Amino acid sequence: MTTTETTSRRRAKTATGSEYHPQDGLLLEVEDLHVEFHTADGIAKAINGVDFSLNQGETLAILGESGSGKSVTAQAIMGILDMPPAVIPKGQIRYCGQDLLTMPAEQRRKTRGPEISMVFQDALSSLNPVFPVGWQIAEMFRIHRGMNRSDSLERAVKLMQRVQIPAAKERVKAYPHQFSGGMRQRIMIAMAIALDPAVLIADEPTTALDVTVQAQIMALLQELQEERQMGLILITHDLGVVADVADKIAVMYAGRIVERADVYDLYRQPAHPYTKGLLESIPRLDQKGQQLAAIGGLPPNLMHIPQGCAFNPRCKFAQDVCREDRPTLQLVAPGRESACHFAEEVLNG
Amino acid sequence: MTEASTIAVGAEAGAPTGGQADEGRSLASDAWRQLKRNPIFWVSVTLIVLFIVMAAVPQLFTNVDPNAAVLKQARERPNANAWFGRDIQGYDIYARTIYGARASILVGVLTTLVTVVIGVTMGVLAGYYGGWLDSLVSRITDMFFAIPLLLGGILFMSTFPNDENSRYLVVVGKVVLVMAVFGWPSIARLMRSSVLQVKPNDYVQAARALGASPWRIIRSHVMPNALAPVIVVSTINLGVFITVEATLSFLGIGLTPPAVSWGVAISDALVALRTTPHILLFPSLFLSLAVLAFIMLGDAVRDAFDPKSR
Repeated sequence: MTTTETTSRRRAKTATGSEYHPQDGLLLEVEDLHVEFHTADGIAKAINGVDFSLNQGETLAILGESGSGKSVTAQAIMGILDMPPAVIPKGQIRYCGQDLLTMPAEQRRKTRGPEISMVFQDALSSLNPVFPVGWQIAEMFRIHRGMNRSDSLERAVKLMQRVQIPAAKERVKAYPHQFSGGMRQRIMIAMAIALDPAVLIADEPTTALDVTVQAQIMALLQELQEERQMGLILITHDLGVVADVADKIAVMYAGRIVERADVYDLYRQPAHPYTKGLLESIPRLDQKGQQLAAIGGLPPNLMHIPQGCAFNPRCKFAQDVCREDRPTLQLVAPGRESACHFAEEVLNG
Repeated sequence: MTEASTIAVGAEAGAPTGGQADEGRSLASDAWRQLKRNPIFWVSVTLIVLFIVMAAVPQLFTNVDPNAAVLKQARERPNANAWFGRDIQGYDIYARTIYGARASILVGVLTTLVTVVIGVTMGVLAGYYGGWLDSLVSRITDMFFAIPLLLGGILFMSTFPNDENSRYLVVVGKVVLVMAVFGWPSIARLMRSSVLQVKPNDYVQAARALGASPWRIIRSHVMPNALAPVIVVSTINLGVFITVEATLSFLGIGLTPPAVSWGVAISDALVALRTTPHILLFPSLFLSLAVLAFIMLGDAVRDAFDPKSR
């Protein structure tokens, strides 16, 4: 509460009448979250007890392959899961100490945008094709702030300039299909930060973009995050994307966090066989002509998650104990947690 | 030229306050700008306005009484006295065609309005909210689908027939009612499937994630993207309704004389089709033109509301 950013943030929030105040910088706590999808074929357990917390100005990367539950986690926090089929049988998601899951629907809706906001994966389909982009950004101010058309459009232009869209004043009237992928993602980011949220969730924000643009978008997100002291949750399957940006990384597998560490520790020395496999599978420029390393097997079927450690059928280190006992997240080194019976062996190579 | 300069002036005036020129920049105003440039739009609007004026004040176009039968001159070919000729009863075909617009346009437009309002509402509810509401609406539409529009019309109109003293609006109202009852399910279905297609799009999810209320999501994200097929189909339906009204009248259970409609005129003409085809020609021509005008309008409107076609 001493930095100028925090003061300006607090002032901005009081001006808009926010009733949420972070305690000691703690914004978001997810505790023992479970999400199931009840389908005709059975119950798919997408998330099976996820815990994490997020502080002001902190970037948490959630890493995992398709079906690991990372996007479902994001949707559960945002409250945009379709229920049914989704069911949250257990868990708490606290924003500034208040449980979002037990909050009345209308009160919760009002947290989306001004408090917690989200950037989606595919900016092409995240913008409404029938309205000019400026109109869509301005809509945020019209709904949540009750601004009139010209004021809100003025703010939209400023935001477009902030996310570095060239000739924003002219392009405010253009339609989404008239922008490139990277520009569309910038517009999406502009919408997401329009109301100065305390938490921003970016769900694979660069997956649909080419590599050079990816770097620009990540740099923009990082810049905005530092400028506004947002808590940023970055969801991705791309290890390269998070390396420069994230503070902490949580690796998810089959709906659980299997490893949690500071970003440098994790890259230098993974403490879970799955993370190790992921890191080894990054193709390297300096090793030409070798076979690409891949983790054998497939991600588990969420309707029948293997007994014991969910990763055991694909794990090089698997022993009998892994097939029977599910390892819990244990502290293996200062600031490092791993859910593996042989975490120390993995950690020490 | 004048148009361009007005816009330029407007933009200049708005410039100092910043972005005021954009004020009118919404989906509707963009669509209107697009429509203004489309000749098909102007042709169809001219025709539709003409037909609506015809329906409202037929006296402007003719001072001949449509119910004045001159039997002596029956089946007369078009001539200076009776521009479209006379039918088998000796009625002036021009006058009857003009007066016939009222029933046809009224039935077509009213039925379309009612079916669109009910169909779109039900379709959005079913498609957006899903669950039991969807099942309920879908089963109801299934039930109505089992009965074809025409059969339903015949059943209803023969169960509640008109008598000589029925008031004009009651007669028209009955036809509209029965066609709306059997017409809305197809619109509801179309809207439902259209909404189902739009709903999983990320921009609907994004709107939710950015705190839009369900009503706003429906109004500004689902509806504008899902309405195009409904616009097209309902303008085609408008033609169908006019022809079903004509068919019911043809069968003697829709509009009945002394009410005049294109359908009544067409059915009267069929008796003498081979000897005096002009009796059929004029009411059919007007019917086709009216249907065509509405379909063209629907097409133009749909294009205007799709930014990618610009």
